[in-house]
Amino acid sequence: METKKAIISVTDLVKKYDDFVAVQGLSFEVYEHEIFGLLGPNGAGKTTTLEIIETLREKTSGEIIVDGFSVDKQPHNIKQIIGVQLQAAGYYPNLNLIELIELFAGLYGANIKPMEMLEKVNLQDKAKAKYKALSGGQKQRFSIATTLINQPKIIFLDEPTTGLDPQARRNLWDLIIEIRNAGTTVVITTHYMDEAEQLCDRVAFVERGQIIALDTPDNLIDKLVSSGFERKKEVKKANLEDVFINLTGQEWRE
Amino acid sequence: MQKDIQERDSNSATAVGRYSNTKATLALAKASFRSIMRSPSAVVFTLAFPLIFILVFGFLGGGGTHIDVGVTPGSDINNPVMGMLAKTGMIRLIKDKTKADFDKLLEKGNVDAMIDVHRKVNSAAYSVNVVYTSASRDKGGILKSVLNNVFYDKTLKPTVAEIKESTITGREYKTIDFILPGQLGFSLLSTGVFGTAFVFLSLRQTLVIKRFFATPVKRSSIVIGEGIARIGFALLGALFIILIGHFFFGFTLVNGAITVINMLILATLGIIVFMGFGFIISGIAKSESMVPPISNIVTLPQFLLSGTFFSIEAFPSWLQPISRALPLTYLNDAMRKVAFEGSGLWDVKFQIMILLLWGIGIYAVAIKVFKWE
Repeated sequence: METKKAIISVTDLVKKYDDFVAVQGLSFEVYEHEIFGLLGPNGAGKTTTLEIIETLREKTSGEIIVDGFSVDKQPHNIKQIIGVQLQAAGYYPNLNLIELIELFAGLYGANIKPMEMLEKVNLQDKAKAKYKALSGGQKQRFSIATTLINQPKIIFLDEPTTGLDPQARRNLWDLIIEIRNAGTTVVITTHYMDEAEQLCDRVAFVERGQIIALDTPDNLIDKLVSSGFERKKEVKKANLEDVFINLTGQEWRE
Repeated sequence: MQKDIQERDSNSATAVGRYSNTKATLALAKASFRSIMRSPSAVVFTLAFPLIFILVFGFLGGGGTHIDVGVTPGSDINNPVMGMLAKTGMIRLIKDKTKADFDKLLEKGNVDAMIDVHRKVNSAAYSVNVVYTSASRDKGGILKSVLNNVFYDKTLKPTVAEIKESTITGREYKTIDFILPGQLGFSLLSTGVFGTAFVFLSLRQTLVIKRFFATPVKRSSIVIGEGIARIGFALLGALFIILIGHFFFGFTLVNGAITVINMLILATLGIIVFMGFGFIISGIAKSESMVPPISNIVTLPQFLLSGTFFSIEAFPSWLQPISRALPLTYLNDAMRKVAFEGSGLWDVKFQIMILLLWGIGIYAVAIKVFKWE
C-alpha cells in the first residue's frame, strides 16, 4: 500500500456555513486506481466534501490537490480530468440519451462516439429514449456514462445505488469495478455497508465533519472483532438478500 | 492554464487537448434549440397564439389591403405621384367617373379617398390634394402613411411641393398591417420572458446547471448558448409569421426581402431585451409555479397597452404615458414603420434607442438577481 501514489490529497479541509460547520478539519488521501469509499450518516459532510473536491463548492480553509492541480488555482484543469455524478442531478429536458451525450461531449471538448459511450454502460438499446423514461438503474448507469466522456482519471459517484433493487445494484457494482480495472480512480459515497465492503479498496468513515476511521474494510472489521465485538445473533451462511437474489435471479431487468 | 495541461500531458493517456469555449457554447445552443423545438409550450406561445390572432384579425380585416382612391376629374394623371401610388400595388386608382358619382362612393366608403394632383402655377413642382372619408377611416390612415412616405421619397421630393389634406382621420388601421407587427412583438415578448424564465429556473432546480459546472464550460457559454438557441427559435417563428402574413393575408412588405431582414434585426433586438426579463424572473421565482404569475405581470400590461391590438393613440390620455414607457410599444412601433412605411433602421433609431436603454436597465438588474444555484 505504501508504494501507492496519491491522486487526491485533502489536508485540513474546513467548510463553514453561516452558523454551522459542515466539515471540520478533514484530511485524507485517495490512491491512484483504487475505489475509495466515503461512508457516514446523512449530514456528516460527505457530499460537501465531494463537491469541494469537484470544484463545485468553495471551501472555508484547507488544501486540496487533485492530480497535481490545486482546487484554488487550477479548478479548470481539475474539471477536465474528473467525471462527476451528482446525487439526484437531472439532465437537459426533451433530449434523448444520444443527444445528451453529444451535449456533454461539447461541454468537455471531447471527441467521442455517443453510441460507444452508451455501449460502455449497456444502454445502446435506449439511445433514442429520454432520460426521464429510464428506470432507476438505467438512470444511474447513464449518469456514469456522462462521467466517462472526457476519459477522466477520477470519477466521483455520490450514492449511485440508492433506491435501486438488488439486481440493479449488483449490476452497477460490476460496472464500477470494470471502470476501475480500466485504470480510473473511483471515489464513491454510500449508505450500504455491504456495498462498501464488496466494492471499496479503502473506506473513510465521516462523522460530524470529521474522519473517525480510515482503512481497508477488512482491517476495520478485524480491528472491531479483535476489540471483543460480537454480533448478538450468530450469522447464518446466507442473508435475506442472498435469498432475494436466489429467488428472483441474478438477471437484471430493465 | 491551457498550456499547463498541454505540457503535463506527456504521461497522461487522457489528453483532452485545447479546450474550446466556442465548441461548448455551440453544443449548448444545439441542445437547447432541440429542446425548445420539442417543447409544446414554446411552440404554442411563439407560433400558435400569434397565428390565431392573425387569423382572426386577418379575416376581420377582409384579408389583403386594397385602397380605392378616386382620381378627381381634371387631375393631372401622368405625374410621378400617381406613378408611385400605383407602384405600391396596394392602391387602386379609379378614374373615369363623374364628380357626382365619386361623391356618393366616397360617402358610402366604397371609395376610400380622393386624390387631385396639379402642377403648381409657375413651378415644376406638384401640389397634391387629398380628401379622405370618415366612412373609411382606417384605409384613409393607411393612404396617409403611404402619401407621407411618397412625399419623403428622395426621387420625388424635388417635384412634390406640398400635400394638402382635408378630413383628418385617425391612424387606426384594422388590418393585418397593424395586427401582424403587434402579434410578432408579443410573440417575441412571451417567448423571451416565459421561455427564458422557465428554462433557467428548471435547469437550476433540477441541478442540470450544477452538473454543467462540473465540466470545464464557462458560465458565459451557458448563457450565450441558451441565448443563441432562443434567438434562433424566435427568429424562425418571426419569419414564419411574416411569411404566413404576407402570402395568406397580404401583409405589406414595402421593400420585400430588405423589409423582412430589417424586421428580423428588430426582432433580434427585441428578443434580447425581453430575455432580460426572463433572467430576472428565473432569479426571483422560488418555484416553477411562480413563473407564470410573475411573467404575466411583465407581459400582460404590454400585451394590452403596447399597441398590440389597438393603436395607443386610441387610449385615454392618462394611459398613454404608461404605454409610452413600455419597451414593446417601441418594438411594435418600429416594426410597423419598417414593414408598412418602408422605413430603414436609421429611420427608427429613436425606437431602437429606447429599446437599448431598456436592455441596459434590464440586464443591470438581471446581473444582480440572477441565480446560478
